[in-house]
Amino acid sequence: MVDPDAPILEAELHAYVDGELTADRRAAVEAWLAANPQDAARVAAWRAQADLINARYAGVAQEPIPPRLDVERLGRRERRWPLLAAAVVAAFVLGGLAGWFGRETWTGGVGGTRVLTADAIDAHKLYVVEVRHPVEVAGNEQAHLVQWLSKRLGYDVRAPDLGSIGLKLVGGRLLPGASGAGAALLMYEGPSGERFTIYCSRSQAPGTALRYQVAGSVAAFYWVDDNKGFVVSGPADRDRLLKVAQSVYDQENAPSGKKPG
Amino acid sequence: MSAFRDGVQAAIPALRRYARALTRDAETADDLVQDTLVRALRSEHLFHEGDVRSWLYTILTNLNRNRLRTLARRPAFASIEEEDVPGMSAPDSGARDIERALATLVDDQRAALLLVVLEGLSYREVAEVQGVPIGTVMSRLARARAQLKAYLDGERPPLRRIK
Repeated sequence: MVDPDAPILEAELHAYVDGELTADRRAAVEAWLAANPQDAARVAAWRAQADLINARYAGVAQEPIPPRLDVERLGRRERRWPLLAAAVVAAFVLGGLAGWFGRETWTGGVGGTRVLTADAIDAHKLYVVEVRHPVEVAGNEQAHLVQWLSKRLGYDVRAPDLGSIGLKLVGGRLLPGASGAGAALLMYEGPSGERFTIYCSRSQAPGTALRYQVAGSVAAFYWVDDNKGFVVSGPADRDRLLKVAQSVYDQENAPSGKKPG
Repeated sequence: MSAFRDGVQAAIPALRRYARALTRDAETADDLVQDTLVRALRSEHLFHEGDVRSWLYTILTNLNRNRLRTLARRPAFASIEEEDVPGMSAPDSGARDIERALATLVDDQRAALLLVVLEGLSYREVAEVQGVPIGTVMSRLARARAQLKAYLDGERPPLRRIK
């Protein structure tokens, strides 16, 4: 294989420290180290680094696992959305505003979902009060609306059918979006005139589970999936909004854009 | 629970350890782990054979890379490390030093080093997790170790001296 008297390359020293060598190469490296104190010192330094890293972090694996990382719970949430959402709401209520928003430092703070939800809620507040021009393209031209938005945004925009929960599509509009890449806003209306919006925009933020946010009389459920961020906004009635968000989510994730079932 | 879920469950302590060392922030680390678990459970049907643990490390490593990319696009206004606190008690200094030393590494080098020395993965496994050839893993390791050594020996990058 290799000439036993040849100098040992640095790569092999690393492999030696990391236990990647066969027994005969290990012996060759040990012989080399005995005769080459400079390399022996390097190897010792690398081992000392590994010891420091382990001394600092190995203990983390002994810490009790926080409940939010429980696989069975997360798995149930994956299968059954209402449970996930209910748990989010429960966490919200129990944890209080400060605690819940405080834990979102990176998904919210990195210019991802926080900017997204802020834009979505602003758009919601601005347009739901419009009586004559709430949308650019009306819901009775749904095929045209969806085609237009999809073309402008460069990805499939769907207008979910929320008839089963009593909401009718008012229509939609194109918005600049947080990054100027564009965003779709779809508006729905309930029997007593209450309005909900779905805001959809590209998002580089990592995928998230469903999250809830209240801004005064308006609230939103939001999530990021497959580089798309969704914000479902409406009156601050958690249970009602949850049903809407869930229905939107289910249809977004249903194959080929058809209604599930 | 299924064997898959058992495998995921069993990997959580190690994932938390790896994420903590990667991010050096407990809350951020657990957020990463949670998003990793959600992804994994959602994609259970995509997982056929192989090592669940390696697969989880892969998801976590990718999610962290996305997180850092997003951070990088944001204008820099926060310094990565806190200012030196004079008179810090001696027992903490080793832990603090290694944290700071790790913070100076390039992300992929840090991940490679941690996967090997903290998580005990083989070079081959790290190559799979990072999606690169083994040779790349080895050069990342070598650079990471050289940089850590330089930092711990006191050759701090000049930027760090500026207050």
